[in-house]
Amino acid sequence: MRYAMAIDTKKCVGCSDCVVACQTENNVPIGHCRDWIVEITDGTYPELEIEIRSERCNHCENSPCVRCCPTGASHYEDGGIVVVTPNKCIGCGACITSCPYDARYPHPDGYVDKCTFCMHRVKKGQQPACVSVCPTKCMYFGDLDDANSEVSQILKKRKYKTLIPEAGTKPHVFYLI
Amino acid sequence: MSKTRRDFIKISSLSAAGIFAGAKYLQSAIPGNATKLGEIGNLNLNRTPTYCEVCFWKCAGWVHKNEDGTIKKITGNDDDPNCNGRLCPRGTGGIGMYYDEDRLKTPLMRVTGKDGKQTYREASWDEALDFIAKRMKEIKEKHGAECTALLTHGSGGHYFGSLIKAFGSGNVAAPSYAQCRGPREVAFLATFGEGLNSPEPTDIRDTRCLVLIGSHLGENMHNGQVQEMSDAIDKGATIITVDPRFSTVASKSKFWLPIKPATDIALLLSWMHEIINNGWYDKKYIEKYAYGFEELKDYIQPFTPEWAYGITTIKPDQIRETAREMANAAPAVIIHPGRHVTWYGDDTQRVRAMAILNALLGSWGRRGGFYIPDITSVPKYPHPHFPEPARDWRDAMGGKYKLADLALASGVCDATIPTPDLDCHIKAWIVNGTNLIMTLPDQRKTLDAINSLELMVVIDTMPAEITGYADVVLPECTYLERWDDLRILQGRFPTISLRMPAAQPKYNSKPGYWIAKELAKKMGLGEYFAWNTFEEKLDWELKQVNSSLEEMKKIGVKKLTREYDDIYFNDGEDIEFNTNTGKIELYSTALEEEGFDPMPRYTPHQEPPEGFYHLNYGRAPMHTFSRTTNNPNLADLMDENVVWVNPKVAKEWGLENGQEVYLENQDGIISDFKIKVRVTERIRFDSVYMIHGFGHTNKKLTRTYGKGASDSQLITRVLTDPIMGGTGMRGNFVTFRFEKESEAQS
Repeated sequence: MRYAMAIDTKKCVGCSDCVVACQTENNVPIGHCRDWIVEITDGTYPELEIEIRSERCNHCENSPCVRCCPTGASHYEDGGIVVVTPNKCIGCGACITSCPYDARYPHPDGYVDKCTFCMHRVKKGQQPACVSVCPTKCMYFGDLDDANSEVSQILKKRKYKTLIPEAGTKPHVFYLI
Repeated sequence: MSKTRRDFIKISSLSAAGIFAGAKYLQSAIPGNATKLGEIGNLNLNRTPTYCEVCFWKCAGWVHKNEDGTIKKITGNDDDPNCNGRLCPRGTGGIGMYYDEDRLKTPLMRVTGKDGKQTYREASWDEALDFIAKRMKEIKEKHGAECTALLTHGSGGHYFGSLIKAFGSGNVAAPSYAQCRGPREVAFLATFGEGLNSPEPTDIRDTRCLVLIGSHLGENMHNGQVQEMSDAIDKGATIITVDPRFSTVASKSKFWLPIKPATDIALLLSWMHEIINNGWYDKKYIEKYAYGFEELKDYIQPFTPEWAYGITTIKPDQIRETAREMANAAPAVIIHPGRHVTWYGDDTQRVRAMAILNALLGSWGRRGGFYIPDITSVPKYPHPHFPEPARDWRDAMGGKYKLADLALASGVCDATIPTPDLDCHIKAWIVNGTNLIMTLPDQRKTLDAINSLELMVVIDTMPAEITGYADVVLPECTYLERWDDLRILQGRFPTISLRMPAAQPKYNSKPGYWIAKELAKKMGLGEYFAWNTFEEKLDWELKQVNSSLEEMKKIGVKKLTREYDDIYFNDGEDIEFNTNTGKIELYSTALEEEGFDPMPRYTPHQEPPEGFYHLNYGRAPMHTFSRTTNNPNLADLMDENVVWVNPKVAKEWGLENGQEVYLENQDGIISDFKIKVRVTERIRFDSVYMIHGFGHTNKKLTRTYGKGASDSQLITRVLTDPIMGGTGMRGNFVTFRFEKESEAQS
């Protein structure tokens, strides 16, 4: 089982609903976030293009954050979800530095926090909060090992990319382009 | 801007400062150490139904609570066609309204001290309502009951509307009409005999071509429509966006027409020219249903794409190609009417041109065009008839705006400012849920009207600017803490939905219905609110439509079936339209009767003076009007607005990204606060753009005070639509100022 997310940049309008839904679902303190919006404009008026992406932890198969964690707080859960165990975390910040995606933040309670693919929901058969709330339905979540999952199906049909592939992290978040 | 990553250092300094007070509740809301993973999933979240009050879309949802009964989150109701189980960021962030510690907490009454200084003092509900009842009675005796008005937005309009009508006034107005969607209602009424209402019956889900004229769907989060647009993108529909700004949806469009501001009617006329002269219109549909085709055909002959090119700067080939694209998709094509359409004062005519295009393409009443909405009628809890008011705001209009189908908030404002030759008689305002200072254009006029009042009562959840001018301020509890009237909305099928309190009102705040009923009792109008409890009223009403409060508490939304299978016109069906001729009026007899152009005419609008730029404004998906900028959750997503400036313009002025400037308009009005410059290719060289609703001046809004600039303050030139009195707000121009004179002197 390999959990993954595909996000359709052709549909995302950058409304930030994923951000606020994550915050309320996961009690992320205001002023912090586990997911965020990136908007990139290319060209000059009127020959323009915008790519809008909802970004988060890429739950990399080859995670620098897991490798560098001195206490084992950062680890893989079933399905390859990268998770931090708060009471094992000493807040040293090594993982924050090592992450090429800047996906982690120091929680005011003294540990490092990040996206968990809403593991507590996924275990109950629900979608991650960001996926379930998105008004444009631009996010797909599921098991890459299941050829019939929504995420496998959409990756078969559409062109996609991952972020900073040259870092060699093998991300599990794919962007449909 | 949209939420972006903060860097590590910044976060540390923020958290050291305590982030926001809001962080406290987030922790205290969770019992024990529940922020640990896994435990969250074990919380037993019970839920109560609601429908959202953060905007007018009113999506139905569920309020989820923690074990200790505190509110945790809000999610969409799967059965609600407005949201399909997915709330927008504002709906999701609606909890911030409840937890905002800047909320109005107790009734306030204006008092003047011995030194002549006016302040508010806290009052009991009894005292505040007694005072209002007494003053209202005095005004009735002195001037007549009709000299009072309600200005409202949202659910409270039901109760305060009943109150003021029972009192004897017909002045109930919402800025959502004359400051927003009014012109399109009149335009569609004049054309099809039907207005659009809300949510608009656009069949975007099944459209093959969606045409947006200045509508920035996706930045305005009209939830169901954004969802359907996304479905349409999936199905390969063509989107054509006309906007001087490269909006989010422009970036999703096959065609973006970067039009010169204020020239849309010219483009619309040339599209008609192409569609008619090439025979691309729906001949059967037009022959059967339309009135005035020959007149229209003759009329549009001069409006070639080449003619429009000179005006709009859109190349003739692009005009032809997009006209062809629409015709190919017809009748599954939507020239979207937009929502905030009060731009240049010829707005009814511009939307008329859009309505006519829809008619030519046969999209009204057709799949993928406009469906025929259905709405259910739920009998209201019985009350005595309202008395007939002796006169109303219209009497102060000198016979103008007869085609307005709802009251004008700006008309009420006008009817309050005494003038020698008109019957301007209004002496008291009740204001509920609308921050008129930032809602109405020309703030000086609004303040003139307020200064002419003998009484102003403001009922709100937040210390919006308007509260500072009130004689009495009444704190309403938020929608998460109250019952409200049933949501009864139109759609592909009718629905009713329930809002019930998820928590007790915080502080000393009260529900709108309670305030209105208690006030009515004190004013001797208790019989208009004859129910004992609001639950009793709702249950009575629900039982009239074979439901009950018990049922609605469980389901939140009740989907009803259409009475007739008439969502689209049947092929060749005989249809009587509700116009003078019984036909779709390409040539409007109603407009002609009132002395207006029966077919839309392009008139050039003023261009910006040297060094000035069109002031264009719009929405951000995480904010509604000016009412959400202090919401802790939503301010966290966007806490200030910025002014978009084209790089060429920035270079000319030496402006850099992030630099703070004041904006000054054509009338010498300078923004109260500085606003950051966003240098971006996404805006035309002759325009600037900003999000509406920022630049708050009330210090009690601690999170949003002084953040960004207020477009409302800079909208002092109002282009009034002669047809229905809409207040066109896009005729304003701004320039940049690096400092104010007061600063230069110091």
